[in-house]
Amino acid sequence: MKHLLDIGDLDAAAIVHLLDLTDHMVEINRRPMPKVPALRGKTVVNLFFEDSTRTRTSFDTAARRLSADVMNFAVSSSSVNKGESLRDTIETITAMGVDAFVVRHSSSGAPTLITRWTNASIVNAGDGWHQHPTQALLDCYTIRTALQRPTGFDGLRIAIVGDVKHSRVARSDVQAFTALGAHVTLVAPPTLLPPDTSGWPVDVSHDLDALLPDLDVVYLLRMQRERMRDALVPSLREYTARYGLTPERAARLAPHALVMHPGPMNRGVEMAVDPAELPGSVVLQQVTNGVAVRMAVLFELLGSGSDLPADTETGTRP
Amino acid sequence: MTSSGTPGTPSTPPGRTVMSADDVRRAITRIGHEIVERNHGVDGVVLVGLQRGGVWIARQLAGSMAAIDGVGEVPVGTLDVSFYRDDVGIRPIVPGSVTDLPRSLDGAHVVLVDDVLFTGRTVRAALDALNDHGRPRTVQLAVIVDRGHRELPIRPDYVGKNLPTSRSEDVRVTAEGVRLA
Repeated sequence: MKHLLDIGDLDAAAIVHLLDLTDHMVEINRRPMPKVPALRGKTVVNLFFEDSTRTRTSFDTAARRLSADVMNFAVSSSSVNKGESLRDTIETITAMGVDAFVVRHSSSGAPTLITRWTNASIVNAGDGWHQHPTQALLDCYTIRTALQRPTGFDGLRIAIVGDVKHSRVARSDVQAFTALGAHVTLVAPPTLLPPDTSGWPVDVSHDLDALLPDLDVVYLLRMQRERMRDALVPSLREYTARYGLTPERAARLAPHALVMHPGPMNRGVEMAVDPAELPGSVVLQQVTNGVAVRMAVLFELLGSGSDLPADTETGTRP
Repeated sequence: MTSSGTPGTPSTPPGRTVMSADDVRRAITRIGHEIVERNHGVDGVVLVGLQRGGVWIARQLAGSMAAIDGVGEVPVGTLDVSFYRDDVGIRPIVPGSVTDLPRSLDGAHVVLVDDVLFTGRTVRAALDALNDHGRPRTVQLAVIVDRGHRELPIRPDYVGKNLPTSRSEDVRVTAEGVRLA
């Protein structure tokens, strides 16, 4: 695997392979000194053209725990402000000697475009409304460990609730969850759903209450306040009343059901209950697993030798 | 980890048998006795099988040591050295072989267990990996087959069989025996 651009490029076996690799990283992260020399001498550049604290910090931590060197490139302090083009930025940093770019950009497709201008591996850390593949992987890993489903999600019922239309997390999660065999329902007001979901392998509902008792996972999306300005929902209170996870709704969930959120969450809006008091909340596990999943992705791209023929594993190795 | 095998693999690999199933079993029993003798019992002894070829051997070793008079349970762990190799990126990693140690290794007498000792690079990586799990009092090495061709100053403490090989040959150790191809 050279790049991770789109979770749709991975089939179920490839996703499970990365999740298996994540088990190794979780073991490393549990140690008193969570660091291994696996990517010594490799350089990873975090190139974030859009604000992000948790994803950038998570990738940063992941690279360091594998002993890679990390360059953080923040757009606010870069020559992008002097009018440097994306291509020149990439070519300039590539000339310094780089093994991987971790890219977040507000334009869908930017990470794919970048692959043309560098020989380094590209990891998509979120592009526009399009994709956020490592979020999908960490969500899969969190469900797999919390519900003990090591090989797949056959029969699991997952609801993704909220602003699906503008959410790259929802797009990536739908692909990953369904690839692993889960049954996914999108729950949102019509204004927050994509205009056409007929090509999506999902059901669509506007009624969260009807679904609640049968769900294995409730995945709440962040209600972005700028959607209010665009008048896509009447008011945040109205949204919470119909789609928020309130204490009343939480009480109707199955005892084993998980509550997930990609963060940062709006307390009192989509998360109208304290997640610390929800037995099924795995929001913090998602963050913890994010580091391990990103370690697995970086190792797979830069260190695993997975593109090599399998017979290097035999005793004939020199 | 220069060759791998699991007990019960229902295949007939090519090559010739150099140790029978009984030979392997007896070698493991003898090594168990040698470990008990060298360490004056099993106090502080931890068997650590190297993923993946050494894991089943470490478990059998623990089983046969438990049968020795006056010797209690010996803790067994597994060690994955993939992230410590000097050839990271040259060999594919096999997921599902996660490190799992039963206790801190501080002050322990660690016996690394592997199927085949070849270049010594796996053992070198294992010594680095052990470092990150504590500071053992001693580290010893047990292998079923020492096939020569060392590239590093590493020697085993317990050997099932010294087996002269050429570099291009393949040694496979399973509970059914050792084959050279």
